[in-house]
Amino acid sequence: MHYLNGLTLLLIYQLVGEVSTLALRLPVPGPVLGMVLLFLTLVIRGRSSTALDSGANALLSHLSLLFVPAGVGLMVHFDRIAQEWLPISVAVVLGTMITMASTAAIMQVSTKLLAKRS
Amino acid sequence: MAEPALAEIWVYLSASPLLGLTITLAAYSVAHRLYVFANGNPLLNPVVTSIAMLIVFLLLTDTSYADYFEGGQYVHFLLGPATVALAIPLYQQAANLKKLWLPLSITLFSGASIGALSAVLLAKFLDAGLQTQLSLAPKSVTAPVAMGISENIGGIPSLTAAFVAATGIFGAIVGTKLLALLRFKDNSTIGVALGLSAHGIGTARAFQVNSEMGAFAGLAMALSALITAFIVPWLVELPWLVN
Repeated sequence: MHYLNGLTLLLIYQLVGEVSTLALRLPVPGPVLGMVLLFLTLVIRGRSSTALDSGANALLSHLSLLFVPAGVGLMVHFDRIAQEWLPISVAVVLGTMITMASTAAIMQVSTKLLAKRS
Repeated sequence: MAEPALAEIWVYLSASPLLGLTITLAAYSVAHRLYVFANGNPLLNPVVTSIAMLIVFLLLTDTSYADYFEGGQYVHFLLGPATVALAIPLYQQAANLKKLWLPLSITLFSGASIGALSAVLLAKFLDAGLQTQLSLAPKSVTAPVAMGISENIGGIPSLTAAFVAATGIFGAIVGTKLLALLRFKDNSTIGVALGLSAHGIGTARAFQVNSEMGAFAGLAMALSALITAFIVPWLVELPWLVN
């Protein structure tokens, strides 16, 4: 029963997020705003609940399953991928390496310069 | 006559959401077992193997994607609440977040921008079409958020899902080796780089190394998804970037 309450809470936050992004014409996906609102709620409240934890766990433990149906949609785009395989693979391979290396460099330098000593 | 009966059953099944839903769960279950059996080898990522199995099945049975999605949509729908649920692991990292908020903000903002810009510019430089460029922009972000971003900016969400999976798998395979080669040693540095550039698959890889690296990767994954959702719609408005 616990996880049903948690799931309901997640859906409520998503609903609030979706409605707010539509009403305020925000460029962010509704669920992302829902995530921010839930995070802020948890910070203000100071703790999570078992219901919420088990609801979230039910969804997140097999997160990869959830994007399978969309991924199958790839079959509709075979032509595009065959035509543009070069830019796509370069963007994925080189882009990811650039992103990874520069992120690590920025993190290392900024931590050394700015981290709070505890 | 068995033949017409079978055909009738098939007509019934292919028109009902039951088939699409069942084969999605069955394919994932098989793919997941295969992945565990191979000790979490990133090449056998369950997303990739289950998508491949399903596409082969649909092509062999001559089923259209729209028919399949009648059933697939029930799984697909859960991406929304799952995105909201990312707030919980993020909250569990509140202590790290508090201690390192300034370097983390700088790193995540610049890293997320570099992630989107590098993908779009490389694709543009090699003459990819506009929709391909747009679909590539959120490739380093966790799939549910990336697909939302892609849809918002005029990309193709399912194409983005494929790019996201490819990025995560590539990042998980080369990530720790590349970063070791560049002489990065801190768990926080490597974790953040893996989580930001290769989202959940990179985070899983970081957890294989140690739990501190994994925690930082998870933190970077959740926050960079959020940051990218805000900056990408704005970046693609830049006149020199996407066209």
